[in-house]
Amino acid sequence: MKKHLYTLLMSLALSMAALPLFAQEDLLSLLGEEEETTDYATASFKTSRVINLHSLENTASGVLDFKISHRFNTVQNGLYDFFGLDGANLRIGFDYGVTDRLVIGIGRSNYEKTLDGFAKYKILRQSKGKRNMPITLAAFGSVAMQTLKWANPDRDNHFSSRLYYTGQLIIGRKISEGFSLQLSPTIVHRNLVATFDESNDVLALGIGTRIKLTKRMAINLEYIYVLPDQLAPQFVNSLSVGLDIETGGHVFQLHFSNSRIMVEKGFIAETTNKWEDGGIHFGFNISRVFTIVRPPLD
Amino acid sequence: MFKKCILFALFGLFAVSGVHAQKYFTREGKVSFSSDAKVEKIEAVNKTATSVYDAATGKMEFAVLIKAFQFEKALMQEHFNENYMESDKFPKASFKGTVTDFKAVNLAKDGVYPVKVKGQLSIHGVTKDVEADGKFTVKGGVIAAASTFEVAVADYGIVIPAVVRDNIAKTVKIDVSLTYQELKKGS
Repeated sequence: MKKHLYTLLMSLALSMAALPLFAQEDLLSLLGEEEETTDYATASFKTSRVINLHSLENTASGVLDFKISHRFNTVQNGLYDFFGLDGANLRIGFDYGVTDRLVIGIGRSNYEKTLDGFAKYKILRQSKGKRNMPITLAAFGSVAMQTLKWANPDRDNHFSSRLYYTGQLIIGRKISEGFSLQLSPTIVHRNLVATFDESNDVLALGIGTRIKLTKRMAINLEYIYVLPDQLAPQFVNSLSVGLDIETGGHVFQLHFSNSRIMVEKGFIAETTNKWEDGGIHFGFNISRVFTIVRPPLD
Repeated sequence: MFKKCILFALFGLFAVSGVHAQKYFTREGKVSFSSDAKVEKIEAVNKTATSVYDAATGKMEFAVLIKAFQFEKALMQEHFNENYMESDKFPKASFKGTVTDFKAVNLAKDGVYPVKVKGQLSIHGVTKDVEADGKFTVKGGVIAAASTFEVAVADYGIVIPAVVRDNIAKTVKIDVSLTYQELKKGS
């Protein structure tokens, strides 16, 4: 009987011992493995432009991005020209995010009274988790139309001579929190060129990078290599360096560049100034976003 | 007699684990927050909060994925993740605690049961002791839980720069609202 009592007590003690064991477990782990989600890389660049080039970032769906850009005269004339600020090329533009993948935009530049329109579509989006994708790939196309009065009205002028087309792929990756890199193989087509030596199609490779300094500031670099024997000798490759400052709804992009034209056909194929000669323009892009279509929260 | 003892002890063991089977869970809890500052009101909602509640011990746990918070403005969402919550570094916020007066709650009976919840809240890699009022609402066998509490942003190492001082409140209101389901073994 004594033995039995002992067994009973032992068993009871054992079953009691089970209590704290149960109480200590991690409750959420009872739910088992969580369903994996797809985690898209975001904010690889502060805005949808590196400097002149389109970045791999899109304007978000339902958002209108109003952009004002200036490129001043070269800094080389010093104080007389207020370091170039006495004269400016400017572009006013609107970008709109139709979906999370598609952005369309229009702009007007005072240079050659150019009107431009573009569409950019993200084919692949960098992500990890359920769907793993190492890069972002976007396709970009734009048309620029200069609307100057015909230089020679007596000639047989065609409307098509005003048009310039650009096709581009943007391949990039947010490599780390602070470092993003993209390549932009590009073709620019000019319907009319000035001389026989220049080709109508210009192939180029752009490279753009963003190095984050703080949460709200970043350095951007951009270089566009034009493949040889396509342009007249006075044209050079575009090189720009800039600082992005983000404040709430604005992004200020301040930069130095040897390019002064803000449409693709211009900064890719018509850059004439050289950094080594002091042919540097100060410039800025200001981006202000407005949410037009709000996603429903509930 | 010996067999009886064993049976009794086993029964005791099952009875204990039987009590412990009273666990409830959700994967679709709603956690929303609002910041009501001078210039603007910012709201966001997350509808994929997970939670488990153990009715036998009063223990309660929550987890939310920071990136799953939806904002009205895409830019706010980007800044929330990039500049404030650093969600790549700290992907989740969680709560681990106890309903201190859980014994007063009878989940088998319809009614509204106000409770106090106490525990540790982890946001942005910082863990703090918190206390909040909440309530269980049982209606027709459906168990709902809700709580509203405030969190001081600075307590969790989240810095609001001077330029947006009037846009983001120093204290944000957090609403938790969810419906629990019984957690069955293997579910």
